Amino acid sequence: MIDTIIQMFSYPFMVRAVIVGTFIALASSLLGVSLVLKRFSMIGDGLSHVGFGTLALATALNAAPLTVSIPIVVIAAFFLLRITENSKIKGDAAIALISTGSLAIGVMIVSKTTGLNTDVCNYLFGSILGISKWDANLSIALCITIIITFVLFYNRIFSITFDEPFSQATGTNSKFVNMLIAMLTALIIVLGMRIMGALLISSLIVFPSLTSMRLCKRYKAVIINSAIISVACLWIGMFISYYFDTPSGASIVICNIIVFFVYWLISCIKGNILHEK
Amino acid sequence: MSLISCKNVSFSYDGVYALKDVNFEIENNDYLCIIGENGAGKSTLLKGLLNLKKQTSGEIIFDEQLSKNEIGYLPQKSEIQKDFPASVYEVVISGCLNRLGFKPFYGKEEKQIALKNIEKLGLTHLKNKSFRDLSGGQQQRVLLARALCSTRKVLILDEPVTGLDPLVKNELYELIKMINEELNISIIMVSHDIESSIIYANKVLHLNNSQLFFGTKDEYINSEIGKRFLGERR
Repeated sequence: MIDTIIQMFSYPFMVRAVIVGTFIALASSLLGVSLVLKRFSMIGDGLSHVGFGTLALATALNAAPLTVSIPIVVIAAFFLLRITENSKIKGDAAIALISTGSLAIGVMIVSKTTGLNTDVCNYLFGSILGISKWDANLSIALCITIIITFVLFYNRIFSITFDEPFSQATGTNSKFVNMLIAMLTALIIVLGMRIMGALLISSLIVFPSLTSMRLCKRYKAVIINSAIISVACLWIGMFISYYFDTPSGASIVICNIIVFFVYWLISCIKGNILHEK
Repeated sequence: MSLISCKNVSFSYDGVYALKDVNFEIENNDYLCIIGENGAGKSTLLKGLLNLKKQTSGEIIFDEQLSKNEIGYLPQKSEIQKDFPASVYEVVISGCLNRLGFKPFYGKEEKQIALKNIEKLGLTHLKNKSFRDLSGGQQQRVLLARALCSTRKVLILDEPVTGLDPLVKNELYELIKMINEELNISIIMVSHDIESSIIYANKVLHLNNSQLFFGTKDEYINSEIGKRFLGERR
């Protein structure tokens, strides 16, 4: 197995994919905790579909995928946030509308230009081959920015996640922090889409945090734990993807599912023991 | 000068008045109980005092020694908090956020304030416990400790005893009384539990989309409206 790992890292594109993936896994797991607790998981899913639409558009225009996607998805994130905050429109229905809508637009563009080729398939399900050097550098830089911003705003993000009315009443600018969370989410979704695929990227946000919430009781512990789970699952998933020649995104999600069940089982057993006492 | 004074304050949603022409003052160390039926505009008034909703007309004047961010607030419990993974300490110290200014992290001072308030409310043994594993009464204590971290002068409580059993309810009322008397913090409380909450208050504000009564507790009990409202419930 060690031979396989050494062989795996002899390819420069593999090294690049693992490094970029590690940063993305780290950043997404940090944001994921807040998104799950704030009941914003569906926004992540909606944004990934918007991301697919913009990638299709970028391919049709022959433009660099990330530079087209990032601004559009960030705008979509603000828009989705506004809809969820406004109770007059049903938030979940609006998200479904936008996500299927942009998926349809993406498919239309693709079918009229390049057709449903492997490139499009890679956008949908993820591939580690598609990352160019420029993409990798940009992704790493943005991920580091996301992580630093998260750490700097950690206490404020905790406060508005736990109790938005309270933090707003005591002077935290909750609108700003919410916008920040939405923007960072949009960024991580576009960045992660190349490796995970548009259909699977939101699992990278949701799974690690839900898993660690089975067992962890403190917010900080949940965040650290989900960061570890996220990165570990990414590494194992990448290895599986290389060894068995499976799509990278799906392999990583499978690892996450297994870890989730392990944690869930442990929490059930723990709960039973406490109950019998 | 009064700590907070409202002059002809009105609130409306989409052009419909929820509350009209409210006038009252809160002095240092007051314990004000806001009562009224459902939909009488009590929560709206609290939102106005907390700067979460802008009044349509009138003025809310805060004393100079009281900056708008220095109001402690105990909101109604939200759905999110039921399964939120956070320790008691993490929740309480989040009340110190308004002391940070532009600093990103808590310093020694904030940590001490948080620990002091945890101790005051008798939560020291629960410090590292998870918020979601506590009983309803304990959770309210934690949120009360958090509110104390963010204020030196005024505490606003929105239905603090909802869903608690009678024994725990009385404990919480005693605790609020202690905060009022020993820590010299003014209390503004909205409550459905009128009989017990009025025992502790010194002033009463009765709302029904407009102001029906404002004055001391004794005046209220002897007034026409007070007799009717309290009598109906007995």
